[in-house]
Amino acid sequence: MSARLTARDLTLRYGDRVVSTRLTLDVPDRAFTAVVGPNACGKSTLLRAFVRLLRPAEGEVLLDGKDVGSFPGKGLARELGFLPQDPVAPEDARVRQLIARGRFPHQSLFASWSEEDERAVIEAMTAAGVAGLADRPVQELSGGQRQRVWVALVLAQKTPYLLLDEPTSFLDIAHQYQLLGLLARLRDEGRTVIAVLHDINQACRYADHLVALRDGRIVAEGAPADIVDAELIKEVFDLPSVVVPDPVTGTPMVVPSC
Amino acid sequence: MNSVSTLVLRRGRFSARLERRTLWFFVAMIVVIAGLTLLGLCYGAAWASPARVFAALTGSGGGPGVVIREWRLPRVLAGLVFGAALGLAGAIFQNITRNPLGSPDVIGLDAGAYTGALFAITVLSGTSTQLTVGSVLGGVLTAAIVYALSLGGGLSGLRLIVIGIAINAMLTALNSWIVLRAELEIAIAAVGWNAGSLNGVGWDDVAIPFGVLAVLFAVLFTRAPALHQAALGGALAVTTGVRWDRLRLVLVLLGVGCTATVTAVAGPIAFIALAAPQIGRRLARTPGISLLPAALTGAVLLTSADLAAQMLLAPEALPVGVVSTVIGGGYLIWLLTKEVRRT
Repeated sequence: MSARLTARDLTLRYGDRVVSTRLTLDVPDRAFTAVVGPNACGKSTLLRAFVRLLRPAEGEVLLDGKDVGSFPGKGLARELGFLPQDPVAPEDARVRQLIARGRFPHQSLFASWSEEDERAVIEAMTAAGVAGLADRPVQELSGGQRQRVWVALVLAQKTPYLLLDEPTSFLDIAHQYQLLGLLARLRDEGRTVIAVLHDINQACRYADHLVALRDGRIVAEGAPADIVDAELIKEVFDLPSVVVPDPVTGTPMVVPSC
Repeated sequence: MNSVSTLVLRRGRFSARLERRTLWFFVAMIVVIAGLTLLGLCYGAAWASPARVFAALTGSGGGPGVVIREWRLPRVLAGLVFGAALGLAGAIFQNITRNPLGSPDVIGLDAGAYTGALFAITVLSGTSTQLTVGSVLGGVLTAAIVYALSLGGGLSGLRLIVIGIAINAMLTALNSWIVLRAELEIAIAAVGWNAGSLNGVGWDDVAIPFGVLAVLFAVLFTRAPALHQAALGGALAVTTGVRWDRLRLVLVLLGVGCTATVTAVAGPIAFIALAAPQIGRRLARTPGISLLPAALTGAVLLTSADLAAQMLLAPEALPVGVVSTVIGGGYLIWLLTKEVRRT
């Protein structure tokens, strides 16, 4: 397993509050990695450290052996695409205008709308299923439509890496699986996907590599089938459960037993 | 993608995209600006016909030509350039704070620049160089204080605005105190200047400020795409390649530079910076607050306010600040009621 993106001895802090200490993680290339864990276990914080939104107190995040902090702004933005939990659209933005902003790292002062930009935006809109909404104001969309527009923005960025912080949280169940299916397809096309997911069963079904966090440390990581059992769920979530094979995919499925 | 509402330009490595609505806004604004310029050059103690104005501009004609070239032209240009500078300063701060109330006149930068200028008038001898340096330093210092005090809370826009309003109130009190303590002639000069006025502005007054603003505008132009991208909000702006911490500092300096330069010459002209970016955004219908619409709207607002100031009580000339306060005050009430209704 090769890994271009790695975290080494990462200690993350918000002011005095330590979120994680000496965390080391290799993100497998061209795989779907899901990060799971209870609320406030440091999942989102870890993602933010990967995309340089949070400077590590100690340790480093490396891409191709180089500290992500040393990349130029647009240089890193052509490698790592990130979808935060609750992004805000500028007032009066239309869907195509918003998605076009994903092209920023590929543009310059005098080359602000190349044919490649246009192609990337059309592709992204088609992939995320929002092509029909192109001229609608973002404010008028439903929560689910809006989330797919944001995903399209990150897709238009055309990065080898996609990091998503709870991308399914505003979606109904059908759209949740549609989005996870899209992420799996992107993984099949050669992108590396890292997503913080709340639903452990969805994570088991779609992830190649599962990272279970608690209190800022990694309790277990590996293929879901290899690591997920009742003991792990107890340790990570404090939840008594029975783990059975998912009747559709055969991946582990957690059924609470309390 | 290439819908009818968008215009795409590509030649060689150059490429750009423009909404048709925004293009029409630019065309309309340029026509309005041309009209206001002509009106400003024609209007005065004695009305000059447009033909006379063109003759004066091309250099022929004696007496009235001098009035148009030496008195009216610098004043009209000052209205346009200073209005654009104020509009840009407002757009910068409203983008940084993500709040329509976050404009330099609201968060105390005008008051701070005025404090610096008052210091130059009362303590020093009050030459125009001292006035300029004093107001720029006053503006920068105020910005630094507001910036430093709002750093603690993770720099949320609202915190910066509330602190700015408090600083503005304190500086306004300080300014009154300085004026009260000053000798009579100095106090009269200082108060007259406080209203914000383009009365009697000539080439000597505007040459250096125009140069400074040209440099600031040029730097701002190179930062415009990143500023517009920053409207996506902290996280996405950074992960799409904006070095936000660095950019924000540069933008604050540019915004303070624009405000203070105008204040040094014309005094604090209130409300243009507050109103222009929002009006421009609504007319041009751009997503988020864009720089060019703010600049054009600011130029139109200040020039028309100055013309109104000259005409209202003619032959007595009002300070333009009085008119802009009336326009801006009305706008502010509208903005506040709209915000209240929304929540």
